[in-house]
Amino acid sequence: MTPENRIRWLAKPVVWLVCLAPLAQFVWLIATNDLGANPQEFMNRFLGDWAIRLLLVALAVTPLRMLTDWNVVLRFRRLLGLFAFFYIYLHLASYVALDQVFNWGEIWKDIVKRWYITVGVAGVLCLLPLAVTSTKGWIKRLGGRNWNRLHKLVYPAGALACLHFYMMRKGVQLEPIVYAVICSSLLAFRAAYWLRRRTTARTSSAP
Amino acid sequence: MLIKLRNHFDLKAFEITPKTVFHQRRTFLKAAAVAGGALIGAMAPVHARGINFAGVAKSKWSEAALSEHDQISTYDIATEYNNFYEFGTDKGDPARYAGRLKTKPWTVNIDGLVENPGTYSFQDLVRPHQLEERVYRFRCVEGWSMVIPWVGIPLTDVIKRLGPTGSAKYVAFETLLDPKQMPGQRRRVLDWPYREGLRLDEAMHPLTLLAVGLYGEELPNQNGAPIRLVVPWKYGFKSIKSVVRITFTDTQPPTSWNMSAPNEYGFYSNVNPLVDHPRWSQAWERRLGGETNIFGFVPKRPTLFLNGYEEDVAALYAGMNLAKNY
Repeated sequence: MTPENRIRWLAKPVVWLVCLAPLAQFVWLIATNDLGANPQEFMNRFLGDWAIRLLLVALAVTPLRMLTDWNVVLRFRRLLGLFAFFYIYLHLASYVALDQVFNWGEIWKDIVKRWYITVGVAGVLCLLPLAVTSTKGWIKRLGGRNWNRLHKLVYPAGALACLHFYMMRKGVQLEPIVYAVICSSLLAFRAAYWLRRRTTARTSSAP
Repeated sequence: MLIKLRNHFDLKAFEITPKTVFHQRRTFLKAAAVAGGALIGAMAPVHARGINFAGVAKSKWSEAALSEHDQISTYDIATEYNNFYEFGTDKGDPARYAGRLKTKPWTVNIDGLVENPGTYSFQDLVRPHQLEERVYRFRCVEGWSMVIPWVGIPLTDVIKRLGPTGSAKYVAFETLLDPKQMPGQRRRVLDWPYREGLRLDEAMHPLTLLAVGLYGEELPNQNGAPIRLVVPWKYGFKSIKSVVRITFTDTQPPTSWNMSAPNEYGFYSNVNPLVDHPRWSQAWERRLGGETNIFGFVPKRPTLFLNGYEEDVAALYAGMNLAKNY
């Protein structure tokens, strides 16, 4: 097998399966009616948990390449980002359809009055253009440089997602803090890397 | 859980426990588990904590007093979906970990501005009083609700026996502090021990209950065993669990959630659809296990002022600005 074929026929299907596993579990829990006493809350949180996890995994790709020089990991970045968006979309859809049952008036009130929802929606708005421009056609249309620039919106999206999670929980809880620490480490790593490159060589093209 | 202990005492509460099994797919497994549990139950003392549930009196607040929109929640929902951060922040954590809590022996410290202070055993505190069944709506600040058949004693009866002095204006309560039994206390989610408080007249309102049981059984640990407060017109977090201390004071006592986020949780925390929590609309609630819509989900329903107990308790707040005193 050529390296190219290994990526295409082995590694990518594995990534697909791993990313779809939470969805499979989700469908299984629905099918077996095992959603607990508050199904809407359970479904929304389940999807939100996986959305933020995958977003952080996607954000970890570039630092991983910086550390290891494995250029091959970049081949999975877009796929992971799109899966993160997929779970974010389901998370949002479960709020709109199951929690609020398309009560747009209440949804609007939530967006303008509840800060953690405002923050969450802002994060989705950051990611929406990235999902739209994820195709090869759009990369060509925008040009690699502009495309890269646009896709830096994933950084505020990651930060907003963590903030959204932290604000949603009551009291001082460990889990959202862990996510926030991971996210800020990933962002700080990039910042440190760029600063160093700017001072040593002056030609930086790291995304 | 439906067969367990059933024939040991005659209790109407069992008749009102819905017979539907919440997780239908587990019906078979559950039947097996219940059969096993019944054997163990038959060997164990019925009232392990020494309170006889046989003479529970009916009260004005019975199942019959519920509106047609209210139905008693299933035992499973009431005992498997709990906020009791002393055992973890997940709703399932209390049911998972509360087994570590030792409720026997249990003592409650009574102190402050009171004529009969001291350390009372759980039995000494409860036995002199008539147990009553109270079927109350229970509204969590997070926007979900249940209907629970509590068994308990009116707090006012206990307060009268303890005899607060003339200068007592408030009653403060504390939950047990013991990270060995309550693993959630190893993390500073809140400033432990959990603290709550009421104005003396709120505490002495006939609706206010010191609960020792639910569904005709002793309180399961995850529901605040062996003794907890139930204040049905306030958000659930006011109904402090596993109480070890009751203090009579002349100043408004600090309360845990108010200390944690004063802009979100006030001292009063009365259920009020007109006063939103910064993070949740309080105009609506989801009755867990309630009627489902065509998608198979329980839609939200309007929240009632003072959780539907306006007639009983509105006089306590006459002339008060409840938006300010949230």
